[in-house]
Order: sequence, then C-alpha cells, then structure tokens
Amino acid sequence: MIFGLHSKVEKNSIALVLAIVLVSGVGGIIEIAPLFTIDNTVETAPDMRVYTPLELAGRHIYMREGCYACHSQMIRTLRDEVDRYGPFSLAVESKYDHPMLWGSKRTGPDLARVGNKYSDQWQTQHLTNPREVVKSSIMPAYPWLNTNELDTGDLSGHLRANASVGVPYSQEMIANASNDALAQASPDSLDTAALLERYGKATTVRVFDTNPDKVTEMDALVAYLQILGRLTDAANSDDSNVEGGS
Amino acid sequence: MIGQLTLLERRLAIAITVLVAMVGAFFALVGRDDLIAIHGWVILMFASLIAFLLCRAIRLPIPPEARLREYYDDPTKAGIVLSLFWGVVGMSVGDWIAWMMAYPDFTFDAAWASYGRLRPVHTSGVIFGFGGNALIATSFHVMQRTCRARLPDQLSPWFVLIGFNLFCVLAASGYLIGITQSKEYAEPEWYADIWLVIVWATYLVLYLRTLARRREPHIYVANWYYLAFILVVAVLHIVNNLAVPVSFSSAKSYSLFSGVQDAMTQWWYGHNAVAFFLTAGFLGMMYYFLPKRAERPIFSYRMSIISFWGITFIYMWAGPHHLHYTALPQWVQTLGVTFSIMLIVPSWGSAGNALLTLNGAWHKVRDDATLRFMMVAAVFYGLSTFEGSFMAIRPVNSLSHYTDWTIGHVHSGALGWVAFITFGTFYCLVPWLWKRSQMYSKFLVELHFWFALTGIIIYLVSLWNAGIVQGLMWRTYTEDGLLAYSFQDSVEAMHPYYFARGIGGLMYVFGILIAVYNVYMTIRFGTKESDIEFKSPDEGVVASKLETSTGATQ
Repeated sequence: MIFGLHSKVEKNSIALVLAIVLVSGVGGIIEIAPLFTIDNTVETAPDMRVYTPLELAGRHIYMREGCYACHSQMIRTLRDEVDRYGPFSLAVESKYDHPMLWGSKRTGPDLARVGNKYSDQWQTQHLTNPREVVKSSIMPAYPWLNTNELDTGDLSGHLRANASVGVPYSQEMIANASNDALAQASPDSLDTAALLERYGKATTVRVFDTNPDKVTEMDALVAYLQILGRLTDAANSDDSNVEGGS
Repeated sequence: MIGQLTLLERRLAIAITVLVAMVGAFFALVGRDDLIAIHGWVILMFASLIAFLLCRAIRLPIPPEARLREYYDDPTKAGIVLSLFWGVVGMSVGDWIAWMMAYPDFTFDAAWASYGRLRPVHTSGVIFGFGGNALIATSFHVMQRTCRARLPDQLSPWFVLIGFNLFCVLAASGYLIGITQSKEYAEPEWYADIWLVIVWATYLVLYLRTLARRREPHIYVANWYYLAFILVVAVLHIVNNLAVPVSFSSAKSYSLFSGVQDAMTQWWYGHNAVAFFLTAGFLGMMYYFLPKRAERPIFSYRMSIISFWGITFIYMWAGPHHLHYTALPQWVQTLGVTFSIMLIVPSWGSAGNALLTLNGAWHKVRDDATLRFMMVAAVFYGLSTFEGSFMAIRPVNSLSHYTDWTIGHVHSGALGWVAFITFGTFYCLVPWLWKRSQMYSKFLVELHFWFALTGIIIYLVSLWNAGIVQGLMWRTYTEDGLLAYSFQDSVEAMHPYYFARGIGGLMYVFGILIAVYNVYMTIRFGTKESDIEFKSPDEGVVASKLETSTGATQ
C-alpha cells in the first residue's frame, strides 16, 4: 500500500512537498504544543521574582561570552547531581528565561544554584583570571569585563521586549531600568530605595566587582551569577522523588 | 561567470544588491550606538562589492542561446570552493579551541579570541559554511541531472548561494563581536534569521521550479531527501527563532518561548538540524554520488522509500532525549526515547542500502579512495546512528549527558559521515565540472583519506574515554556515602584526552588542507577533458539502472 501511494507522490512534486510537511509535522506538534496547555508542566511558585535590570544585563553578558557552552544550568533528578549541586531544577525556575540556558555540556560545573555559593570577590577574581583561584582550571580569563563600563542605555528596551514575551515587568520597571541597574551596583545611590521598592527588599544591592568607582560588565555578570537558583525558593520546598543515578 | 547572466538578470541582480546595501546602510545608521551597526557595515560592504562586480560586467556580450542546452554549473563550482573555504575556517577554529581545552592560555588576550565566542564560529562554520554550501552546490547539480532539466533561470541559484554565504558571514562575525542568541546551532540574531528565511524560500521555489521542468516522470530518491532538507529546515528555523527584537536599532532579541517550552523547542530544532541538515541533505548527496561513482544501481528502491519516510516521520520525535532527567515532563522524555530507538530502523536502512549498493564494486572501494570516502561515510552513518539511539536510552544518557562522550558522538557523525560523504562527492564533482580527466593527484586523495580516518579514530577514542571517565567520576561515591571526586578532579583527569583529541583534530585539518591543494591544482593544472577520453557524467547510469532494477516504467 505504502509503495503504491509512494509511486503517486513520487511523480508529483507538490504532493511530495505536502506529504513531507505533514509527516514531519506530527512529532513536533504532539510533543511541543501540549507543553503550553498542560497546567502542571510548570509548577506554580508565588514567590518567583523577575531579574533586575542589572541581572538581566549580566545574563546577556553570560550569553555573549558563550558561558552556556561549558556550563549547564539544569540539575537533573539524579542522586549525585543533587548531592553535588543542590535540589534538582524545576521548570518554574527558568520560567522567565528567554531563552533558557539549560546547556548541554559540563566542561565546567553546573551553575543552576551557584548563587551565593562564592563571594563576589571570589567570582570577580575567578573571572579575571581563573587560574589564580583554581590552579588547574581550564576556563578562559575575562579581564575585559572589569574595564568595560556597563552599557545601560537601552535596558528599558530590553525590559520592554521581555514584557512583550510574557515577563511581568511593570511600566515603572521599564521606565527606570537604566537607573535601577546603576543603583543596584552603587549602594550609596539615591535611587536604591526606589529599586528595592520595585524589585523587593531581598534584592542584593552592593558593589559586585570590588571596584566602587564605576559600574562595569563584571558588576552585571557577578550580580547575575549570584542570583542563580535564588529567584524562587520552590526547589527547596519540593518533595518529589530523586532517581538513583549510580 | 557574470557573462552567463542575461541582461535582465544582470539588472535584477544589481537592483537586489543595491536594495540589500540600503538595508545595510539603514542598520549602520539607526543602530550606530549598537553592535548592529557593525553588521550594517558588513552587509553594506558585502552587497556593494557584488554590485561593483556586476556593474563592471554589465556590458559583457549577451550569452548565446546554446547555453540553454547545457546544465548550469557555475553556482555549483562556486559552492564547492566556498564550502572548502568554510571547511578550512571551521575546522581550524575547531582544532584551535580543542587545544584551548588542554592549554587554556593558548589564545590571544582579546575578547574575540576566547573559547565561548570561537566555539560557535567552529560549529556554524562547519555545519552551515562547509555543510550548507556543499548541500546547496550538490543539490543544484543533482536536481538538474535527475530531472534532465536545466535550472529555470541563472539568477536565483546565485541569490541562494551568495545570500546563504552572507548569512554565514553575519553569523561568524557576529559571534566574534558578541552577537548571539545563545541557542545552540541557531545563534545568529533576528535580522540574520529573517534574511535566511528569504534565501531559503527562494531555494525552495527554485527547487520546485526545476522539478516542474523535469523530463523524468519520477522524482529521483536524492531529490526527496534534498526537498525534505529544504522544507523541514525552513520550518525548524522559523519556529525556533521566533523572537522579539529590542528594537530595529538593536542586534539583541528575546526568544518568544522561555524555560521548559523553549528547551523543548530548541532541542526539537537542534536534533532535527542534525536530522534534516546533516542527515537528509547528505543522504541526498549519497543517493546520487555513491551509485554514480560505484557504477552500480541503488540496491533496493523499496528500502529507500521505507527509510525516507521513516526518517521524515520518526526523527521529529527524538528531540527530548537531549533533556532526560530534566524539568521536561516525563511523558515527553518517554516519547523521545521510544522514537529514538525506532530510528535505528530507517537509519540502518539507508546505511545498509548504501553498503549493499557496493556489492559487485568492492574492488573499486579497494582501489579508489574517492569511493572509499563514501563507503566509510556510510559505515560511520550506521555507527553514529546506532550510538545515538543507544545514548538516548535513559540510564545510558544519565552517564553520557553533559560529558565529552556527546562531543565524540557528534564528531563521529560530522567528521565520519557528513564530511566524508562530502569529500567523496567533491573528488567526483571537481573533475566532472571543470572537465578534467581526474583529480590532479590520486596519491593526495589517498593521503587525505588516511589522515582523516586516523584523525577521526584518535578523536573518537579519546573522547569516548574522556566522557566515560568524566561521567563515572561525577557519580562515584566513597564507602561513607560521599562523592568521591570534586568537579575539578574530573577536569584534571581530562587533560590527556583533550591533548589526544587536539592531535586527532589536527590530522583532520591537515586532511582538508591536502584536499584544498589537490582541488586547486586540479582546477588550475589538471589534464583537460579533450586531451584524454572523457567519460561524461551526464549519461544517467543511476536513473536508467534504477528503473530496470525496480521495474518502474516511463
């Protein structure tokens, strides 16, 4: 039957095109579409917060430098991973990640819960020259992050684009994005109070790169690394099963 | 080459390049505070250069009508050269960053030269630059021969080829200056993505127009694969790259999907880029050039049909095996494994069909390195697809995922299958198209073959070991129930394997450099067809024998 049908399709290019599109379309539709409609695909976490403008800028630098090529942000439900990195990752934790940075390779360790694991100083020093901190590290050095001043000019646009794909940034957050980014890395700034009001009291305000004179790309990247795994507490309260991996 | 275009085509070409240059100027102007301005300039200069070449040639004599009785091969020739160019770039960068993993300071003290920015130059350079150009070039060749029809016009193949290379230039240069979406194998930003859609739509229309002009009632197997490659890659590319740009003056965009939905979409794309870019397209190449070179008909027509529809249907389900034990719902992971295992059937169907086609021609495989390239490609295709299905099984994946085993697997497919079938094809095509009796040096083809094969084996063995050692170290516990190794212990254990991989990669790079030299010498100094009896490749061995073997009638 299939051969008979095929011999007809084989003589008609339009039929061939339609058949290919139809046959190849099934898998994607069945696997992807329900993820948007099945409610328990993503857990609910009322305490989930959005990235501050500084953290979002840091996330952009993380992507720009290709960190995702060597570091995953997805702790699997395996015993050794939970022991090594902490509670396994939940879908909700990357709910505001456009795109996700789950990664596919661990040349370096997973970073899903690296937030607050090391001090700002350690992170800065490590990014500036990894081998100064970890002798046998094979990570590239990123010294230019210390000297590049953070470009906050179009952060409002970044927040607006995020809002248009579903991240709940308010009009106020969008309008003040640039000031908020600078304020988060300048504890003495007058804008700090407004930042905390918009993003919550738990927002970390400090000099991230050990250099209080200017807000650099290092400030943003470290601020981002320090929030990883801390946008919601949902993973710590979850009691789902871990599968034995060993 | 421009002299072959009609006057109307030349004018249209100039109009298109001017239009593209204007788009470049627009980005350079409105995006002057953003990285997109650099790309604006790149587009402007790229288009201006071509416009300049066109204008200089506009007064060349009108091509004779006689050209319409021959196939149009100029774009194929250019595509082969471009493919080799990108192959050298992509593979050299690949080996460079491989050495960086053994010696992290083996680089310049500059942002563009850091591992994270160079890695996508390697992946895009090889997949799109080398592979994409090879597919476009060979598809033009194959569709004309198997349809017994000349390309419908001379402008659109050039638009597809040059437009695609503009995309490649934007991709590679973007990563170096920090423009990326960070989606693996789909890193170029929104404007480059839109440009690719335009190029790709032209490609599809060109393919269909050529098919419409065919003088064969049947559409040959190779064309099914090329067509599936064009169609499905278009769908994957569009869906996975849906994004909202920050503004028209910003290179940055934010993906429409987030978190788990984005992960699923990304790996639906990622896995099927492997399926339809790196498999279907190259199977199209294999189904034409392998029987042609072996001078044997395809072993089984029915096996081709089953394999083709099997691959088209089943591959699309396999993406979730990239996301085992993650926050992706279990039911999707289960579907992913099931279909990944089923994939062995059509994959081995194709590999087996290729190898059985060589029955009666094994003495040629022994003597002819070009055919041996294709034979080994089919073997690696079979091995890689088996390994892929194996690694998709959940417990295996729990060990292999995130390790260098995956990298080894990818390269067994890329170096062993994709590049080997391409090299075999190029060694056939170059003498045919440039009307040479044979390649400049058979010895150099032989040398390339052994360099490349040895390189692959060193590469694969070292990364299998690396991956398994890594995976085991991560999950080993002491008797007290503590993790036995720190992460850094596993990094240190990788050094010898990374060193060996660097050597394997270097041998492979040597191989392609030999190929480039050999191709150059063939084009430049090869014996002309007229000097020796030249066997025309256009006597359709494939099509006619296919029909006698399957009983299909005209």
